[in-house]
Amino acid sequence: MTETGKQNANVVVEGLRSWNPNAIAEVIEFRGETTIVVPPDMLLSVAEHCRDNKSLQFNLLTDATCVDRFPLEPRFELNYHLVSIPRRDKLRLRVRLPGNDPVVDSLVPVWPGANWLEREIFDLFGVRFNDHPDLRRILMPEDWEGYPLRKDYPVEGYRDIPPSATRYTRNRP
Amino acid sequence: MSSTPASTTTIETPVGTAKTMVLNMGPQHPSTHGVLRILLELDGETVVKAMPDMGYLHTGIEKSCEDKTYSQAITLTDRIDYLNPLGNNLAYCMAVEKLLGIEVPKRAQYIRVLLVELQRISSHLVWLGTHAIDLGAMSVFLYCFREREEILKIFEFVAGQRMMTSYIRIGGLALDPPTGWLQRVEKFLKMMPSRIDEYEELLTGNRIWIGRTKDVGYISAEDAIALSMTGPTLRAAGVAYDNRKLFPYSSYEEFEFDVPTRTDSDCFARYMVRIAEMRESLKIVRQAMNKIPPEGPVRTNAPGIVPPEREKMKTEMEALIYHFKIFTEGFSPPPGEAFATVESPRGELGVFVASDGSPKPLRVHFRAPSFINLQALPKLIEGRLLADVIACIGTIDIVLGEVDR
Repeated sequence: MTETGKQNANVVVEGLRSWNPNAIAEVIEFRGETTIVVPPDMLLSVAEHCRDNKSLQFNLLTDATCVDRFPLEPRFELNYHLVSIPRRDKLRLRVRLPGNDPVVDSLVPVWPGANWLEREIFDLFGVRFNDHPDLRRILMPEDWEGYPLRKDYPVEGYRDIPPSATRYTRNRP
Repeated sequence: MSSTPASTTTIETPVGTAKTMVLNMGPQHPSTHGVLRILLELDGETVVKAMPDMGYLHTGIEKSCEDKTYSQAITLTDRIDYLNPLGNNLAYCMAVEKLLGIEVPKRAQYIRVLLVELQRISSHLVWLGTHAIDLGAMSVFLYCFREREEILKIFEFVAGQRMMTSYIRIGGLALDPPTGWLQRVEKFLKMMPSRIDEYEELLTGNRIWIGRTKDVGYISAEDAIALSMTGPTLRAAGVAYDNRKLFPYSSYEEFEFDVPTRTDSDCFARYMVRIAEMRESLKIVRQAMNKIPPEGPVRTNAPGIVPPEREKMKTEMEALIYHFKIFTEGFSPPPGEAFATVESPRGELGVFVASDGSPKPLRVHFRAPSFINLQALPKLIEGRLLADVIACIGTIDIVLGEVDR
């Protein structure tokens, strides 16, 4: 990691810490990337602060994705990749969610671009987002059963076709 | 900044009450560039509401990657965005290299830059040709594919494949490029500038072209950033966001080039940005040609990760063991995550790789620029005419393989 990169990361972490000491659960530095682990109930306010604060200015949400750490708990890890175009900086926000009821606040009010990204996570991992304007499946068929990117979902799919999927196979020999 | 999201609630029109009708565009419509379905609510010819629906090409590439070793997954990345296979290889390999903490030799970096820039030109050529054919200009399509063929021939000569090259590997390149390949690139570089002039003569001043694209599909810079748009679509709105300049990778900081921007943010501006980008790419290819040293390694020296050379395997025991281990069980990066981004022809292509210390990735995620740019489509077309929908889909430049993955 370059010197300026390190300073940038420190500015961000210190800035967040002085704003609200509860906002940061953990800071992870790995291969020059800064990850800030945020408690799930703080996510929305931290995201808003990251976007609006003059010394942070993370105006672009480039990516949001999920990692399933099954069978470990907390099972799901949501990663939000932020970019500050004016400051030429990157940051990753991370939230850890339990496996039995993965729910977190939607970031659509902060970055409207989170809409489809969160729908994709909902579709493939079954993580739900509070106050999402349109939480539907996006890549899989609407009546698909299960969440394919979960670790307990087999790579080759299920051999037994779920009853709801028979309409795709009913007319085939 | 408007905080209303791209509206995508279900279209429900009570029968006989409204004067609007719902039209299904796609998934077999030729101008949707694949299998995109758009539900359009129309009032006469005006689009009231648009709702893109995709997933027809979803093949679960991210899930398949989890069942392959790190090297095997490279072949899957080719097939995501089939107009930019080398760019996908590069993004994926950069992410794994970051995870491993290995550096790539300068010679390999320059060759990567050269090939990726050629790929950008070929992708923009396909875009220009198909976009022009959507808007009724048949001849541009034929010219564009003529030049693209030359680029594909270079790829075939270098990598042995025209499209699914898998040429960029973890730690460098698959093999040394054959002798005489730079002469072919040179020939292409001599020919191409006048060809771009030809396209511009056909289109830039063309009254029909201007009529179909000027002031069509406007989006403000604030909305574009809020909707996470990247690439030429964002640059046409006046935001000079280009990963090659902002977060240089693969030695891009050593190259001199401009990031073309426009401020009109309509379909014509996006067309002008892409044309200018082709010229910039030619500049980068020229510089890379002069920078590539004639001799030197194209693979980093990382035993156990990069396969050893053929000759060494015949003389050294260790090389044979490493070769066997790499191709049977793979290698295990340390636990952690890495996110690498490159500027693909369509925008920011990011690859997120998470490792749990086993030889297979825990998670591979592709930040697909087509998928995220497509999200802004309703914003571009709502309130516009039905015919503009086609121009707007064209200038977002989507590849459905990448949208659905």
